[in-house]
Amino acid sequence: MGRGVTGLAPACLRASQLELFSPGAPGWPFGDFHALPGRRLCGRPLQIRQVARPGAGPEAAEGRGAGLSSLIMDPECSQLLPALCSVLADPRQPVTDDTCLEKLLDWFKTITEAGSSLLLLQENPCLLGLLCHVLKPQDLSPRVLAFSLRLAGMLAAQEDCFQYLQGDSSLFVASAAGQLLVHVLGLSLQGPAEGHPGLQTGDWPVCAQKIVSHIEESLRSAATPQITQALNVLTTTFGHCHNPWTQVLWVRLSPLVARLLEKDPVPAAHSLVDLLLSVARSPVLSSSSCGLWETLAQTLSHLSPTQAGPLALGILKLQECPQALRAQAFAVLLQPLTCVLEATAQAPGLLDSWDGTGGASVTVDTLLASKAACVGLLCRTLAHLELLQPLPQRPSPWPQAPLLGATVTILRLCSGSATPTSDAGGHLCAFLVGCVRVQRAALDFLGTLSRGTGPRELVTQVFAVLLEYLTSPDSSPTVLKKAFQATFRWLQSSPETPGCSDLDPHAQLFLRELLPVLPKRLCSPCWEVRDSGLEFLTQMIGRWGGQAGFRRALLASEVPELTEQLLRDPESYVRASAVAAMGQLSSQGLRVTPASPEHPGGQQKSLLAELLHILSTDSEGFPRRAVMHVFTQWLRDGHADVAADTERFVARVLQVASQDLDWEVRAQGLELALVFLEQTLGRPSSHCPYAVTPPVAAPPGPLAQALRPLCRVQLFEFAFRALFDCDRPVAQKSCDLLLFLRAQTASYSGPQGSGSVPEVASVEAALQRWQAGDQGQPLGYLEPEVVVAVLRSMDLEGLRGALAESSDRVEKSPQSLLQDMLATVGALGEDEADCY
Amino acid sequence: MKLYCLSGHPTLPCNVLKFKSTTIMLDCGLDMTSTLNFLPLPLVQSPRLSNLPGWSLKDGNAFLDKELKECSGHVFVDSVPEFCLPETELIDLSTVDVILISNYHCMMALPYITEHTGFTGTVYATEPTVQIGRLLMEELVNFIERVPKAQSASLWKNKDIQRLLPSPLKDAVEVSTWRRCYTMQEVNSALSKIQLVGYSQKIELFGAVQVTPLSSGYALGSSNWIIQSHYEKVSYVSGSSLLTTHPQPMDQASLKNSDVLVLTGLTQIPTANPDGMVGEFCSNLALTVRNGGNVLVPCYPSGVIYDLLECLYQYIDSAGLSNIPFYFISPVANSSLEFSQIFAEWLCHNKQTKVYLPEPPFPHAELIQTNKLKHYPSLHGDFSSDFRQPCVVFTGHPSLRFGDVVHFMELWGKSSLNTVIFTEPDFSYLEALAPYQPLAMKCIYCPIDTRLNFIQVSKLLKEVQPLHVVCPEQYTQPPPAQSHRMDLMIDCQPPAMSYRRAEVLALPFKRRYEKIEIMPELADSLVPMEIKPGISLATVSAVLHTKDNKHVLQPPPRPTQPTGGKKRKRASDDIPDCKVLKPLLSGSIPVEQFVQALEKHGFSDVKVEDTAKGHIVLLQEAETLIQIEEDSTHIICDNDEMLRVRLRDLVLKFLQKF
Repeated sequence: MGRGVTGLAPACLRASQLELFSPGAPGWPFGDFHALPGRRLCGRPLQIRQVARPGAGPEAAEGRGAGLSSLIMDPECSQLLPALCSVLADPRQPVTDDTCLEKLLDWFKTITEAGSSLLLLQENPCLLGLLCHVLKPQDLSPRVLAFSLRLAGMLAAQEDCFQYLQGDSSLFVASAAGQLLVHVLGLSLQGPAEGHPGLQTGDWPVCAQKIVSHIEESLRSAATPQITQALNVLTTTFGHCHNPWTQVLWVRLSPLVARLLEKDPVPAAHSLVDLLLSVARSPVLSSSSCGLWETLAQTLSHLSPTQAGPLALGILKLQECPQALRAQAFAVLLQPLTCVLEATAQAPGLLDSWDGTGGASVTVDTLLASKAACVGLLCRTLAHLELLQPLPQRPSPWPQAPLLGATVTILRLCSGSATPTSDAGGHLCAFLVGCVRVQRAALDFLGTLSRGTGPRELVTQVFAVLLEYLTSPDSSPTVLKKAFQATFRWLQSSPETPGCSDLDPHAQLFLRELLPVLPKRLCSPCWEVRDSGLEFLTQMIGRWGGQAGFRRALLASEVPELTEQLLRDPESYVRASAVAAMGQLSSQGLRVTPASPEHPGGQQKSLLAELLHILSTDSEGFPRRAVMHVFTQWLRDGHADVAADTERFVARVLQVASQDLDWEVRAQGLELALVFLEQTLGRPSSHCPYAVTPPVAAPPGPLAQALRPLCRVQLFEFAFRALFDCDRPVAQKSCDLLLFLRAQTASYSGPQGSGSVPEVASVEAALQRWQAGDQGQPLGYLEPEVVVAVLRSMDLEGLRGALAESSDRVEKSPQSLLQDMLATVGALGEDEADCY
Repeated sequence: MKLYCLSGHPTLPCNVLKFKSTTIMLDCGLDMTSTLNFLPLPLVQSPRLSNLPGWSLKDGNAFLDKELKECSGHVFVDSVPEFCLPETELIDLSTVDVILISNYHCMMALPYITEHTGFTGTVYATEPTVQIGRLLMEELVNFIERVPKAQSASLWKNKDIQRLLPSPLKDAVEVSTWRRCYTMQEVNSALSKIQLVGYSQKIELFGAVQVTPLSSGYALGSSNWIIQSHYEKVSYVSGSSLLTTHPQPMDQASLKNSDVLVLTGLTQIPTANPDGMVGEFCSNLALTVRNGGNVLVPCYPSGVIYDLLECLYQYIDSAGLSNIPFYFISPVANSSLEFSQIFAEWLCHNKQTKVYLPEPPFPHAELIQTNKLKHYPSLHGDFSSDFRQPCVVFTGHPSLRFGDVVHFMELWGKSSLNTVIFTEPDFSYLEALAPYQPLAMKCIYCPIDTRLNFIQVSKLLKEVQPLHVVCPEQYTQPPPAQSHRMDLMIDCQPPAMSYRRAEVLALPFKRRYEKIEIMPELADSLVPMEIKPGISLATVSAVLHTKDNKHVLQPPPRPTQPTGGKKRKRASDDIPDCKVLKPLLSGSIPVEQFVQALEKHGFSDVKVEDTAKGHIVLLQEAETLIQIEEDSTHIICDNDEMLRVRLRDLVLKFLQKF
């Protein structure tokens, strides 16, 4: 007790801020406080949990954990619940907002997960009343019905609650009911027949039998929505329940499911695929096949190529699966690409060995049916293969070369440069020319394929097609971006010349053709193109900036000059990318300083000055953030311009960053401060820079010496300000930084009894004013001793705990939700009074 | 219905449609690619061009050395440039009733037609088409007249001599029809024959057909045309665009339900996307200027230049080019820039709304105000004192054979810092550059053609569903250089009918109906009889009166009382024969019932045979045949008139009479 801190927070402060630093609330940075029970915030009482007992430390408060109050029903909520239930049960008072009901369900879920549902029902009979009420036939809104059903399902998940629900036959209503059915089925089979379910479904409880026959009936139905419903229920069942009885269920239902395949077209194909994959993934079923593999094989051959794709991918992702089925699935996935290769008279090569089915003609039909079908199938196929490529269980041998060939062909068909040799090819060409969707998908896949190798000739083709896309004026901005990405990936994967770690001659040759294209892209009237050009450049410099070949080519081009020009681009994203690129160019010593007519003598403004100018004047956040990133990197790398006078640099940057309105800039300022701190104090031994390290025996003298540069650059002023930042991530980061610093100085034995130093008291007083929102007064130069003392007196751990909590927890509290819902239907007492 | 195809150039069409009793010329395009065979006309004395060696045959014969010169490895005609006119022999052009113009690029041959063929009809076009068309003609005449050339070469055109010449002169077609440019006087006279029309305005031609211009979205005032009678509709689609540029959007809906759709004026560069080309244009421009080079843009004084200036307006700041001067040099530059701002009603919606703010619809007004864009009638005069480099110059003519552009090519061609950017798609840039080779300056080809591409055409045809499509033959196969691109041709069902220069097409539909009006008093006298529910018939006797292609049924003159006088009698001979008419019959004969009726009337040996067209009822004993077909019944019996009449009456019982 000592420093009077009560009543500091003005009532007008933002709720989150007040909450964080209310005296007594966990996270109050200074140890002592007065308890303030019953404090009201904006007319709403503060929650009881926020008022800690006098004398309880922050740790005690923190120990209760976040969101404790939501785990039990507090009395206020219990009082509001009956009113809400009666509102919900009254068809005349429609609840129009679905999200409220969703939130309410989430809340009930946390309660039931934490404790007994039975207790909840017993303590709140109104809930049972609501559930019973909705079972009566009446004109209730579907929303409330679905809500009630889901609530019932949730409660039924606990055995002791299930008695309320068993035996009711009117529950198969909507998708919500599906969930419930799964629960009911699972529960009814879990209880009595635990461990050894009847081999015949005839032995199952009446309730389960009823559900099963209902599903059977739905599967036999001619109406697709009913079939879909039944399939979805089964998908959920096999996805969630892995008990032996699911096998019995599958044995009984699989003939009906198989019968769906006889229909043309196969109804609810999408749901059917989901179900079959869910069954195949079930550990209970996949071990013994139950005819599942045959059904999957059959389904693969019955579904249209477009529908079969997701199933094929799902099958190939399975951990265990017969080789023949995998081959069939892979053949389905490859089929469209085989058609493409055939249509352009290229030997499909390895793809042949995977082509085990006779689905080719169907695929060709789909590809040639219409432009939409063709584009859809190719995009899906490419996306599926892209997902499959990096998986360990992908088919082996992986047909890398034919896939490369097919992808290149697709890209050339899209650009109109491929020469089709058949009618089918001519049609494909006509469908695909200029199709941006397919171009994007193919470039993505091409990028993924860079992880593997390919025959030299094909790699040459890859680079040729990429160059074609990068050069073509017809490439749309998004396609161009993908082309840049794929190009970088391929360049990255191209083998390095032994000995000189430079790009291989092949890639160098490509680069020589590419670099003249880049200036044109950097001059594009479309900002997206300029932006992706710069991103590509930054990546390239980052990867090859040190290689002689690349440097020569780059310096011979107009690229460095143009990049600098783009620092003044009207589009903020482009400026940001230009900042990043210039940062890299400068780091690698690639910034050119030509003696142009406008700058005789080559006296150019230094890049550091230019970037500082952007940091202090740019009206948009992105370029300023980019500058902070570059500066941090420069500091880390010991960039020459920075190393010339590091302290001056850091001081200047922190000063500008502290005034920035963009929290990311301020947060990045802390990152830069941390780098400087590490460089000054030495790197922390632990991997995590914030971990509290055991005190290192550091003699006081050198430490004070070491802290002095930090004081000189006013790093502490910056960090303390950030500690009270209205944006949480900044405050968190600052808190971490100061904790790290405190750990570093733990061994420091400066002046004893910090309170006795008058400077410390004045700093603390200033900090309290800052915290209260009055950040005008600077701290000025601080002595290392004062800093250490202040750091020690602060409850940084408590603050970190408070910051870890969500800032909007008051608004998200269940009580607030109940009040809001009642308020919207006008059922709160005070609103009624307002009517008079 | 016939279509006479007078031009082989798909984007500079000239067709004549004979429809009902009218003869309508659709567009009047002038193929100027012929000028590429001529030497450029330098505005400033060019030592290089004036000292070219004459060309001589392999055997050393130099009789052509005055007409043909060798330049940069090619042979050019040293004479006033000449243009390839539309075919004038295929049809007597004095019989053309009207000429419909779709856009200002498609009227450049107008003076040749209206002033030299005996044409006496009317020309229809929208106001911007006429005004900007006038500017284009004025510029053309000015470009050619201000560099007078005494010589007019004609020897080389002799067929026997032409054979001996090197390509491309050897392969030049229709050289005998090539003509020198018209004069301003001819232009004025031709334009005076134009009647202005507005979009959707219906113009009656002799009562026979109605023509209507529709917005085509390609250029200021550009139109497609509907030519229709009461029962037939022909749509004429010329240069059209679905892109959002400055003109009013294309009216597609009105093209629906056409019997024939004549499709011309598609994009000349179907593989180049205009957006990409504009990007290419801007980037190359910026790169050149940044390096201290000048940019030359050979262009027409109206059209795409407006869009380019608008793009540059948005681009120059971002590219740091704010200090670079833009020059627009044309004898009509000022008028063109000003005209564009006053045709608000012909502009796209966005630009129209600007006028109400009020703001100029095109941002080039601001470029002019801020001195970023300056315009001059010629490079002589003010321009030479204002001229500052590096700069960007927009000037004509895109053929590089005449106009101020010739001087800039000579001036800037030697430096690799400079760039010429071709944006107009009408001329092959390589051929245009031929007399300037070898060239150090960079050449960029970014043709910007906003007219319909084949994908858009395919969508359009699906949408408007014409019964027949007629188009130039170039559109029915992929371009020769890209024979695999099946997407670069018109794909429709039934396949499009194609035409080529000097061909006459019989359009594939027959006129089956004609509208005839009936006078009220005549209509009053009709007594309709319902023969089927909803269908009534009445007989009418009237005089068909036809005047100005309108047909009217008038009551017949009352029969005058015979008075015995000779003169009177002769007068009554003139009036139509008004004998009492036999009643008309309708209905069909049900064979079974007819046979029953025959049997009832004592014919016992009735036999029925089915034939392809109906039935034959055979009365064996009477040796009589009754042939019953859909639209006729014949009773064939041998000289037994009594029997025939009996049978006839039986047949009549089954039919309705009125």
